[in-house]
Amino acid sequence: MTATTPTSPSHSVGLVETKHFTFAQEEPFRLESGATLSPVTLAYETYGVLNRDRSNAILILHALSGSQHAAGFHTPQDPKPGWWDECIGPGKAFDTDRFFVICSNVLGSCYGSTGPASVDPSTGKPYGLRFPVVTIGDMVRAQVRLLDHLGIQQLLCVAGGSMGGMQALEWAAHHPDRLKAAIPLATTARHSPMQIAFSEVGRQAIYADPAWNQGDYYDRPSKPDAGLAVARMVGHITYLSEESMHRKFGRRLKDRERYGYEFQTEFEVESYLKYNGNNFTRRFDANSYLYITKAMDYFDLSAPTGSLPAAFANSAHLKYLVVSFDSDWLYPSYHSKELVSALTAVGADVTYLDIESSWGHDAFLLEVETMTDLLGSFLDRLAREEGVAPPEPSPAATTPDASPRPAQVRL
Amino acid sequence: MTQRPLPPGPQSSLRPDLQIIAGLIPPEATVLDLGCGDGALLAHLVAHKQVKGRGIELDEANILTCVRRGLSVRQGNLEEGLADYPDGSFDYVVLSQTLPFLDDPAMILREMLRVGRQGVVSFPNWGYWRCRLELLLTGQVPKAPDLPQEWYQVPRWQAFSITDFAHFCQGLGIRIREQAYLAGERRIHVRKIKNLLATTAVFVLETAGSQRQQRGAPGPG
Repeated sequence: MTATTPTSPSHSVGLVETKHFTFAQEEPFRLESGATLSPVTLAYETYGVLNRDRSNAILILHALSGSQHAAGFHTPQDPKPGWWDECIGPGKAFDTDRFFVICSNVLGSCYGSTGPASVDPSTGKPYGLRFPVVTIGDMVRAQVRLLDHLGIQQLLCVAGGSMGGMQALEWAAHHPDRLKAAIPLATTARHSPMQIAFSEVGRQAIYADPAWNQGDYYDRPSKPDAGLAVARMVGHITYLSEESMHRKFGRRLKDRERYGYEFQTEFEVESYLKYNGNNFTRRFDANSYLYITKAMDYFDLSAPTGSLPAAFANSAHLKYLVVSFDSDWLYPSYHSKELVSALTAVGADVTYLDIESSWGHDAFLLEVETMTDLLGSFLDRLAREEGVAPPEPSPAATTPDASPRPAQVRL
Repeated sequence: MTQRPLPPGPQSSLRPDLQIIAGLIPPEATVLDLGCGDGALLAHLVAHKQVKGRGIELDEANILTCVRRGLSVRQGNLEEGLADYPDGSFDYVVLSQTLPFLDDPAMILREMLRVGRQGVVSFPNWGYWRCRLELLLTGQVPKAPDLPQEWYQVPRWQAFSITDFAHFCQGLGIRIREQAYLAGERRIHVRKIKNLLATTAVFVLETAGSQRQQRGAPGPG
C-alpha cells in the first residue's frame, strides 16, 4: 500500500490555480429536463502543457464530493494536494510531462461551478431548490463547452471513478467523436436500486434537518450540517468494505478502556464517521449533495432502448480500460462486467480487470501501485497508437488559455 | 481455471507451440487468444504480423503484464463461454495448452468456431510413447510431456491423445484443416505415427461445413 505515503513535492505538478469559464450568457444552456440555465460557470484546473496539434489532452472526471482540484497545491502552505495527486503529475500515471490534464468541477457542485448555492440572476439570491435538476448528461455537455473554449476538438482520453466513471461513459456514449478512449473506474452504466436507495437515505437525512429549510438557508446563521454529516456518514460506509473496516477499526474503543454504558462516541468506527461527517460540512453544500446524488440516480445509459450495447453502438471505435474492485459493494464488479460485455458485443477494444483489493469502493483511489501500472501502461499504448507528440519544451507558448500565467509552476 | 499452465519462457523466445501458431496466422489477421497468459503470443503477433489482437485471461498478474505490453486484454473465465462476442468477429481464435484444463471442451471448441472463422489449438499428447511406457512400466499415470504438473495439482487436467482429439472433432463436426507436431522443442514432420512421436500437437480447426480444402485430417496413429 502506498496510499499513506506523502506525496513528494518533486513529483508534484506544484502550485496550481482554479480557473473559471462562463458560457450561456446569451443563449441559455438547455438541460435534459427541459429547464434552462443562464449563465453557466465551470471551475477547472489544468496541469501540463497542450502539444502543438492539441492531441495530448486528458479530461479527469471527479466523483460525487470531488472538485476540479485534482493535483498539486493551491498555496505553498497547503497541507493536502488535489484529490488524485498520486496519479497526476510528472512521471505519474497521468504524466503531466507528456499529457495536458484537465479537471473540471461538475455542474451543480459547490467548488466554483454553477450550482444551487450560486446566485440566481433573476432574483439576485442563491438558487436553492429553484436550481434546476441536472443530469450526468448535462454535466458532460457543459464540459464539452469547456473543451470548445480550450480549443480541444478531441481528447486523448477521459478518466474517472465512481460518478467520474459515469461521466466517462456518458462522454463515450454521447460524444464519441470528441475522444479516443475512456477509462471508467469502479462505476456503472446504470445506477442500481441499491445505489439509489443509499442516495435517498443521504437526501432524507438532509431533508430531516430543520436548518435545511427547503433548501433556503444560504443567508441564515445555521446550515443543515447535521443532515449533511449523516448523509456523508452513510456514504462513507458504502465506500469501505467490511474487511477494511475490520482492519481499520476492529471493535476498538476510542480513548477509553471499557464500555461507558452511555450514548457517547465509544467505538473508533463511530469516531471516524463523526469526524468525516463533520469535516465534510466544512467543504460541501447540502443542496449540491441533493442535486448531484439525484443526477447519479437518473444515470442509465441503457434507458433509451433498454439495451446497453445499443448505447455504445456509435462508440465501438473507442478504446476502453474498465476497472472494478472485488470488494466494492457499492458499485459491484458485475456492473463493470455488464459494461464490458456490452462493449465486447459492439466489437470495441476493451481492457478489463477486476482488481483484488480489500478497500471497497475507495480502492480506485487507494490501490495506487496497481492503478499507476494499469493506467500508465494503457496511456503509453494510447499515445503510441494515436501518435501523440510530447508537448513543446516552452509551456507558456502553447497554453491554450488567454491567461499569461504558465499552466504549471513547479514547487 | 483457464490460466495457461506453462511458465512463460524468456521474453525473447516464444514457446515452441506458440512459434508454430504464430507461423500459421497470416499478417493483419484478427486474433482472439483465449487464456492468453502473459500475452507472449499476442505481443509477438502484433509486433511481427501487425495483427489486431485481443486476449482473455483470468489471472490479475498476467493481465497487468499484458497491459504493460500494450495489449488489449479482458479478464474472463473461459468456462463461461464467449457469449459477448458476435459470430465471426475474429479470423482466428487461439487456445494454447489450455484444453486439458477445461470442464467442457466441446462447448469451448464450438464457441471458438462460432466467434472465429478458424480455431487454433495446441495441446499436450498423452499418446506419446514415453507416456505409454511410463504407465506400462511404473503403473503411474504419466504427466503430459510438455506439462510438468502432477495429476492432483490445481488446475486439474484431463489426459487425452491426438487420436482422442481427432475422434472428438469428428463427432463435433469440426474439421482439422492444418496440423503441426512437436517433439519437445523440435518440430517433427510425421504423418502416420504422430500419436507415438509427438509431445504437442497444433491444429487449425474449422466447422466441417466450411467450404475449404482439407489438407488431410489425422487418423489413429
